[in-house]
Amino acid sequence: MITATNLTKRYGRVTALDNVSFTITAGEAVALWGANGAGKTTTLRCLLGVQGFEGHLTINGIDVHTQGKAARAAIGYVPQETVFYDMSVLETLHFYARLKKTDSGRANAVLEQVALVEHCAKRVNMLSGGMKQRLALAVALLADPPVLVLDEPTANLDVKAQRDFIHTIQQLNQSGKTIVFSSHRLDEVIALGSRVLVLSDGRLSLECPPHELATKLGLHRWLRIWVPAHHKENTLKVLESQGYAIMPNGRSVYVQVNLGGKIAPLRSLELANIPIEDFDLLDGDLALKEENHD
Amino acid sequence: MIDLATVQAITAKELRDALRNRWFVVFTVAFAGIALALSTMVRPTGTFTHALSYTRTAASLVNLVLLFVPLIGLTLGSANLASDRETGALTYLLSQPVSRVEVLLGKYFGLAGALLATLTLGFGAAGLALALQGVAQETGSYLMTVLLAYLLALAMLSLGFLLSSVAKKTTTALGGALFLWLFLVFIGDLGIMGTSVTMKFPIEGVFFVTAINPLQMFKIASILSIQANLEVLGPAGLYATDQFGALLLPLLLVGLLLWIVLPLLAAATTFSRQEKFTYREARS
Repeated sequence: MITATNLTKRYGRVTALDNVSFTITAGEAVALWGANGAGKTTTLRCLLGVQGFEGHLTINGIDVHTQGKAARAAIGYVPQETVFYDMSVLETLHFYARLKKTDSGRANAVLEQVALVEHCAKRVNMLSGGMKQRLALAVALLADPPVLVLDEPTANLDVKAQRDFIHTIQQLNQSGKTIVFSSHRLDEVIALGSRVLVLSDGRLSLECPPHELATKLGLHRWLRIWVPAHHKENTLKVLESQGYAIMPNGRSVYVQVNLGGKIAPLRSLELANIPIEDFDLLDGDLALKEENHD
Repeated sequence: MIDLATVQAITAKELRDALRNRWFVVFTVAFAGIALALSTMVRPTGTFTHALSYTRTAASLVNLVLLFVPLIGLTLGSANLASDRETGALTYLLSQPVSRVEVLLGKYFGLAGALLATLTLGFGAAGLALALQGVAQETGSYLMTVLLAYLLALAMLSLGFLLSSVAKKTTTALGGALFLWLFLVFIGDLGIMGTSVTMKFPIEGVFFVTAINPLQMFKIASILSIQANLEVLGPAGLYATDQFGALLLPLLLVGLLLWIVLPLLAAATTFSRQEKFTYREARS
């Protein structure tokens, strides 16, 4: 169980966390949601006891402030982007196993768990981003800790690697591990989380189940659909007639969708015999950024 | 409470990293090569015999050590923590169940091991070359020079770690290391010479100011162990011999030990107390 009471972190005059309090029970999967600078990573680093903070924070009854090392022993940490030393995969696991006071024989078990056995002799810098992230998870699992802390773990992964990684984390959560993770991705929060803590300017502004997040925050997603140029006009007509908010953009059209209705615009176009060349799903702000780039 | 097993694990990793470091290997080969060359080239002036000696080889190696060892010690030490901090590897290491002091000590001992191995190889190669040519006298002064070189290397490494614990960027740490090297090797000496001439420093003042420099401590102690007096250093040397007598060498050894321990303690204190992440780094 994790208990944070009045967690406050200041960097000079900037308050990164302002009296944040929460409790996470064993076996929960809790997402930290918020914009850049909201305090997600700061919260995770406080959990790890690697930075000073005000307030009280315990992990399984261990006071993070006074027993940082013992608290870290109860946590497996996966950063957004792990920088490993220049060693082979197996050497890396043996090194961290020594730091975690774990039998180095565990290395083979965790390699199997993250499907990296065949890459164990490779140097870490030869691994892809997804494999490095799996290795970070393997390191996190070495001592079989009760808590996993993940800082935007899939941010740098391709779609398939994201899906595989989330699946592995889901399995770990089902096996009883407590998961605390930060994320920008709504689908990830919904797939993994059992509860969401929304941080805003260092404050805990909302706490809700993941499926309520989009409604409560007024979040929406954009479906970007590419159609042949000569079907563009008809596409806009069909989508408008269905009541969708749309944004034409070159050969593509952005369609605002809610979380449960992503497939509906595609079906409408299919029924109207409009061929779809490609599509992509984007968060609201991401779509607008792309719009600006275009 | 420091966990020695953790320190040992980090030491082993650092040692392995250093042995894989291309620049470190180049330095080791160069130092061993020059030391070997000096051992076979140095002979008494005006003779054409192969009358080689450990004392003369040690005296020649003193100058080599004075130039190279501070450079490699300072740069290795200063780049270590700073570069790990810059790449993010340090953050990940510190998120493991380790303490900051354990990390610092592990890294220090690992690099110290690598540095001492380099010196052992260089001095060892030169010593072996002399032994193979039948030279057997004055090995004591040679071994004393080796010991002093070890102490100097560790002192420079400690200073390097102090720079590394303060600097946020590798370039800053390396810049600081190079400046410190220049200061200790060249500027310090010239400054003291110039100041003592213009300000008419008393001889004891000149000696004390000079002897604070760990490089000078090494040099004076080496000369003492090689020829038992400091005539070669002029009036300041004579003053030191006269003032301290047999106590001078032990005092210099203690001085070098302090140059190892104090900067390392300062580095450990700085590294343990400093805020681990800046706000910009922590922005999620």
